Amino acid sequence: MARIIVITSGKGGVGKTTTAAALAMGLAQRGKRTVVIDFDVGLRNLDLIMGCERRVVYDFVNVINQEANLNQALIRDKRCDHLYVLPASQTRDKDALTKEGVGRILEELSQIYDFIVCDSPAGIEHGATMAMYFADDAVVVTNPEVSSVRDSDRMLGILSSKSRRAETNDEPIREFLLLTRYDPARVESGEMLSVEDVQEILSLNLLGIIPESKAVLTASNSGSPVILDRESDAGQAYGDMVARYLGEEVPHRFLHTEKKGFLSRLFRG
Amino acid sequence: MGLLDYFRSTQSKGSANVAKERLQILVAHDRAARSRPSYLPQLQREILAVIRKYVDVDMDAVTVNYEQEESHEVLELNIILPDAGRHEL
Repeated sequence: MARIIVITSGKGGVGKTTTAAALAMGLAQRGKRTVVIDFDVGLRNLDLIMGCERRVVYDFVNVINQEANLNQALIRDKRCDHLYVLPASQTRDKDALTKEGVGRILEELSQIYDFIVCDSPAGIEHGATMAMYFADDAVVVTNPEVSSVRDSDRMLGILSSKSRRAETNDEPIREFLLLTRYDPARVESGEMLSVEDVQEILSLNLLGIIPESKAVLTASNSGSPVILDRESDAGQAYGDMVARYLGEEVPHRFLHTEKKGFLSRLFRG
Repeated sequence: MGLLDYFRSTQSKGSANVAKERLQILVAHDRAARSRPSYLPQLQREILAVIRKYVDVDMDAVTVNYEQEESHEVLELNIILPDAGRHEL
């Protein structure tokens, strides 16, 4: 049986797809059979971040409507044998994802894969609720910023009431916090909420802190999940996140600025 | 951080604190609203309709409050009756 992980946030643009791509790639690189599904019907983007946009033939909605089978729709990653991508449909029909259809496909994938990563769309509409309904674990992606933190808290409320686990009185979804676009320099100067501030408000298990990094844009430009950029701070931070998700004890990094000398502080911008 | 920022930064210190305080209040409020049962507005309207059959009260004379405490929930109903002499229909 696969473990189903939803990457969610409420607010858009905080790094859900970047995180879904990194987590899926990281798990697959560790030999876990992994599939990552784009739930953002109408606004497909995961294929771009994964760099497989030109290989999309069939999509998630085609499989739900039984116009194609799973094997036809799944795209095997060229860099990692254990990783498959199920792209979203570009249809404008928002209700194309039915609960029965999604449930049936997740059940089928569960037989073959170790992990199913669901990349949720922003918001609390149908696509987002479908992405979280069947989840076992949820990664709540949050920026250290007021609207993002507030929306994350709303998502936590929805996760605890509108999921299969909640409806069947099963053990609740395991919820994790991933803080992204963290800028230690701005935190130190008191301009940005710190990890501790966000933790105090949301009180979630902290899965990782991803520093604000140029590597994220570079990675999406070239369609290569940032976790593959091992030289970069964000790539390493995502690597740590995957290790922590799998139960390893890894200390949090990139929380502080490198100490600069007095002169470099005066003259460097 | 350049030379000017070095001096300026002392002024901007604390906007994160403001953010945190605002969030704490907001999130507490959101959470309280979330745990409230969804039948409350309907209940309030119906109670008001019943009272108005007998007493001429204002539309905002009935307030229904729901509070969750550790071991029990409190449903508080508050009705403001008009001054004596004016309530006979």
